[in-house]
Amino acid sequence: MQKKFNIEVDCANCAAKIETAVKALPGVQNASVSFMAQKMLLEAEDSQFDAILKQAVKAAKKIEPDFEIEL
Amino acid sequence: MTKKQKKTLRRILIAAALYIAAAVLCALFPAMPWPAQAALYLIPYFVIGYDVLRKAVMGIVHGEVFDENFLMAIATVGAMLLGEYGEGVAVMLFYQVGELFQSYAVGKSRRSIAGLMDIRPDSANLEEADGSLRAVDPEEVAVGSVIVVRPGEKIPLDGVVLEGESTLNTAALTGESRPRSARPGEGVISGSVNGDGVLRVQVTKAYGQSTVARILDLVENSSLKKAKAENFITKFARYYTPAVCFAALALAVLPPLVLGGGWAMWVKRALTFLVISCPCALVISIPLTFFGGIGGASRCGILVKGGNYLEALAHTGTVVFDKTGTLTQGVFRVSRVTPAPGHTGAEVLELAALAESYSSHPISKSLREACPNPAGRAENAQEIAGQGVAALVDGAQVLAGNAKLMQARSIDFVPDDGVGTVVYVAREGVFCGSILIADELKENAARAVEALRRQGVRTVMLTGDSEAVAAGVADQLGIDEHHAGLLPDDKVRRVEELLADKRRGSLAFAGDGINDAPVLMRADIGIAMGALGSDAAIEAADVVLMDDDPAKIALAMRVARRCMGIVYQNIVFALGIKILFLLLGAVGIANMWWAVFADVGVMVLAVFNATRMLSTRSYRL
Repeated sequence: MQKKFNIEVDCANCAAKIETAVKALPGVQNASVSFMAQKMLLEAEDSQFDAILKQAVKAAKKIEPDFEIEL
Repeated sequence: MTKKQKKTLRRILIAAALYIAAAVLCALFPAMPWPAQAALYLIPYFVIGYDVLRKAVMGIVHGEVFDENFLMAIATVGAMLLGEYGEGVAVMLFYQVGELFQSYAVGKSRRSIAGLMDIRPDSANLEEADGSLRAVDPEEVAVGSVIVVRPGEKIPLDGVVLEGESTLNTAALTGESRPRSARPGEGVISGSVNGDGVLRVQVTKAYGQSTVARILDLVENSSLKKAKAENFITKFARYYTPAVCFAALALAVLPPLVLGGGWAMWVKRALTFLVISCPCALVISIPLTFFGGIGGASRCGILVKGGNYLEALAHTGTVVFDKTGTLTQGVFRVSRVTPAPGHTGAEVLELAALAESYSSHPISKSLREACPNPAGRAENAQEIAGQGVAALVDGAQVLAGNAKLMQARSIDFVPDDGVGTVVYVAREGVFCGSILIADELKENAARAVEALRRQGVRTVMLTGDSEAVAAGVADQLGIDEHHAGLLPDDKVRRVEELLADKRRGSLAFAGDGINDAPVLMRADIGIAMGALGSDAAIEAADVVLMDDDPAKIALAMRVARRCMGIVYQNIVFALGIKILFLLLGAVGIANMWWAVFADVGVMVLAVFNATRMLSTRSYRL
């Protein structure tokens, strides 16, 4: 399943780092974070999607404490 | 300005006032002991820098060292420890000013890119059961309900006209104001602007599925598909920041150990070095440029689905065209009927029209147009891919198709060598005659090919038509290479062969997106044209031309090249200035103030350079 989320990130470098971190999570097939569009794309197994999304948000907040996501 | 930005601005002003107060007090009472001075400066320092310090500490706790917060924290805390209280505060202050400026500039350009695609309808006039009108959010309108579009309003949702006549302006979608008519029974596309008639429209698609929503979605999501240049920068930043930190450490420790003495000076230089090193300018300006390029292109009616495609477009060495509907209008007209002895022209036309009555091929359509009400019945119609159709007409086996079909059924026929598509007709194995159907070239086709050739691009044309037609068209347009008589599979194979020739840069395939989805997918860049209203084409292609003007292909490539030009400029410029200042900082020529310029100033200049992509004036054909 592939889903897009509206997010809030403050710096381009953090967006890039969040992307790398989310991509590295187990179960994530693909991820892309766009600083310009303030969007995140997450592609993961349907059955675990919600759990993986939670992990992704956690990883993102770790890198950028101001990270916000519209679920 | 957003709430967050306003808050930062307030903090900057307060901190600046406190900083000046501290500086004045220290100047008035130079005899003040150092702890008092430090305390005076620490107040503005914490006001302006608490979030940076907090993030730096959290970063270290989470194992995420080496971000810009860390760099700034180290640099300013270092300055404080060296007794340079004023400088520590000033650097933090300037850093925050720069961040605010950056966030403002980026936000502004993001909004102006979104503004370029000014097609989002604000409201729809929904007709209630009692005939009264109510303005509602287009998202609330259900399929099947009736809306009223007044003169000058945007069509909010895709639909069919029930009542009223008008002309529509599609400029916001296609980049060109070519009026389209809207009459009862005709479809209207959301995002176009109504002329001077009132239209009653029955909604056929919910807002989420309507043209406008799909286009906006496509543009907004395009920045999620990143170009190689973008990924390069991200990767670069990952190695760059730690490398710079170790270089700074070495700069602080090695020279004093080797040369002896002067610790304070070298530590100070190392701190300057750290401030300069921030990779923000690069990391921000590259995606911004791609975003601007995509926005600028969409203003011209060219939708690019990602930065990666923009990059590939800039390196296009070969453009492969599908002939029909791309270079030619795809409107076929019967131009000549040649009956075989013993048959009449009307009879031949009628047989062909009947046999093809179930086919959706454009040729069949033109036959049906030339012979609207054929007398007779057709059944068992069968399409023979790349050859034609076979059907039972009034019980007799009728074949209608190209020369291959006649040869395959070993029918003795008289070839017609006119330029166009020839349909040979046979009944019960006996040749009845031939019909010449010609397709007109598009107005801009020759200009499109010419523009590509001037850019040094090889042009190739693929077609299912006969060699004679293909050669005629290729000759007229000046196309380098053509391949005729291709089945849909052959087209894929041809494109694969061309793709294998890697010396040529990337390969773009342009088609009308209706039955060339496999080729569109296979090519480096699939370009679908005339996409206005065709969902399949929007889905399958990487670059979508809203109207059907082939000259837009060359324009898209020009936009892409300009975008890549700015990307490279920014990479070279930002890296060049950084390296220069890093050297100047290392030898002690550049001080902290220079360092702040090298960080914030370069970034702002790079952002300004990137926003040049938004000016669409230079994108005229």
